[in-house]
Amino acid sequence: MNAPREPGVQTPILDLAADFPILSQAIHGKRLAYLDNGATTQKPAAVIDAEARFYRESNANIHRGVHWLSQHATELYDGARATVQRFLNAARADEIVFTRGTTEAINLVAQSWGRPRLTAGDEILLSTMEHHSNIVPWQLLCEQTGAVLKVIPVQDNGELDMEAFEGLLGERTRLLAITHVSNALGTVNPVAEMTKRARELGAVVLVDGAQAVAHQAVDVQAIGCDFYAFSGHKLYAPTGIGALYGRAELLRHMPPWQGGGDMIRTVAFDNTTFAPPPQRFEAGTPNIAGAIALAAAIDYVQDVGLARIHAHEQALLEYGTRALQEIPGVRLVGTAQDKAGILSFLVDGIHPHDLGTILDAEGVAIRAGHHCAMPLMTRFGIPGTARASLGLYNQRADLDALVAAIHKAQALFGTRRAS
Amino acid sequence: MTDMQDSLRELYQEVIFDHNRNPRNYRPLPAASHHADGHNPLCGDQLTVYLQVEDGIVRDASFVGHGCAISTASASLMTEAVKGKPVEEVEALFRDVHALLTEGREAADPGRDFGKLEVLAGVKDFPARVKCATLAWHTLHNALVGEHETAHTE
Repeated sequence: MNAPREPGVQTPILDLAADFPILSQAIHGKRLAYLDNGATTQKPAAVIDAEARFYRESNANIHRGVHWLSQHATELYDGARATVQRFLNAARADEIVFTRGTTEAINLVAQSWGRPRLTAGDEILLSTMEHHSNIVPWQLLCEQTGAVLKVIPVQDNGELDMEAFEGLLGERTRLLAITHVSNALGTVNPVAEMTKRARELGAVVLVDGAQAVAHQAVDVQAIGCDFYAFSGHKLYAPTGIGALYGRAELLRHMPPWQGGGDMIRTVAFDNTTFAPPPQRFEAGTPNIAGAIALAAAIDYVQDVGLARIHAHEQALLEYGTRALQEIPGVRLVGTAQDKAGILSFLVDGIHPHDLGTILDAEGVAIRAGHHCAMPLMTRFGIPGTARASLGLYNQRADLDALVAAIHKAQALFGTRRAS
Repeated sequence: MTDMQDSLRELYQEVIFDHNRNPRNYRPLPAASHHADGHNPLCGDQLTVYLQVEDGIVRDASFVGHGCAISTASASLMTEAVKGKPVEEVEALFRDVHALLTEGREAADPGRDFGKLEVLAGVKDFPARVKCATLAWHTLHNALVGEHETAHTE
């Protein structure tokens, strides 16, 4: 380390030890530096308590019960939907469909919106930087309908090629499916601008918000998109719960994609009628506790304040970017102007998986690999990267630990150059 | 020093670094009688193993590809170990190395002298990395049994 930095000094924006006890434990005898928030976030005590409290005090099935507990659980579940609505600034609560996560939300749109509508030659526009969950559902839809994928290329710095985007938009473009924030590069895409252009040409727009919602305030009406998908577990909520925002006039005309209880109005062998949205898309008993815990997570991040979280993570991103750039042999992958708290990098002579193992021994938890974005890795001609991704609880000390561990790895591999 | 640091040093020994930096028999083999591809999509590790078998003996062995230090060193050490051995012995070695890497020393033939390959045993403390070490060996096995589907270690 050769340039002056001020390590470890930073005002925390929350009570770390009380809110996230998991982060206070030692891993392999070292202080844990959890930098894998892009994969999943840790859960604050308020979320864990909300889920436990539901099972202790309020558990019952929803919507059909006449008993008190059932009505109480229904109120909590509906309340959670209203919380998600306000969180995304959706116009109406019935525009929020609970799903297992982003992946299920995208599959829902592919099968319920796309399958009945698309025909051979219709175009689905997405980008090279999509997560597999925003590629494969569309490939399946293409097989079913004869629609074709068009791919917006990514520039060397990790930004979308907006000229190419303009060129790819056309009268056959039926859908733009684009990630708000790249999980592998951190790039924040200009989704409002892109939505405007796509909708001018009559296309429907889905935004994958999995990597965005925990790091900046999201307003679906300001973006103007038709669908917005996110996962709870990347937003400090449990796994297995997420949500799809869908514009009411679209949801209204979409058929069910899964059949079962809770999504019907009446069932007879000669004619079954379906419930209106969002129930139409929530077949079976949903993840009630998960939805309630998701609402608790939203309350938590809103208490801390998304503007503060954003500022905190941006400051850390800047600190971490500079610190990594100071290490000889380290190269950042993804240097867009507008970036979220994701540091994807390569270390000369050390494969990301070897690096991940060595960092783990130092208590530094990062991700190594293709980050479920194999086409993007192919674009950059690399098998994968090491990725440190930030959350609201991270501190400069976590990035200092990352830097120290990289130095150790370089020393171990004998690739450390005099600096 | 913690157990983890010990395990790390046991895995990343000098012989691993040496074979990672200077992989042995790293070349295609135009005269190969057998070859197979191996791919670990999770890591992106990819390699091709070539064998030249004559009269039931592995006369030459080589590989090309890319991967982490563990997978590269494993492939390099493997090509050295199998050269000059009868095919049946190579298959027996594959089984023993597989047992060594996935279950530990006690699962392998007690009479087996692993020689330099012993260093690979360090991966058993790193469950996420076992596949890196076994990829070359699965690919070797596929090459010998004429299995032309790409070997996977997932």
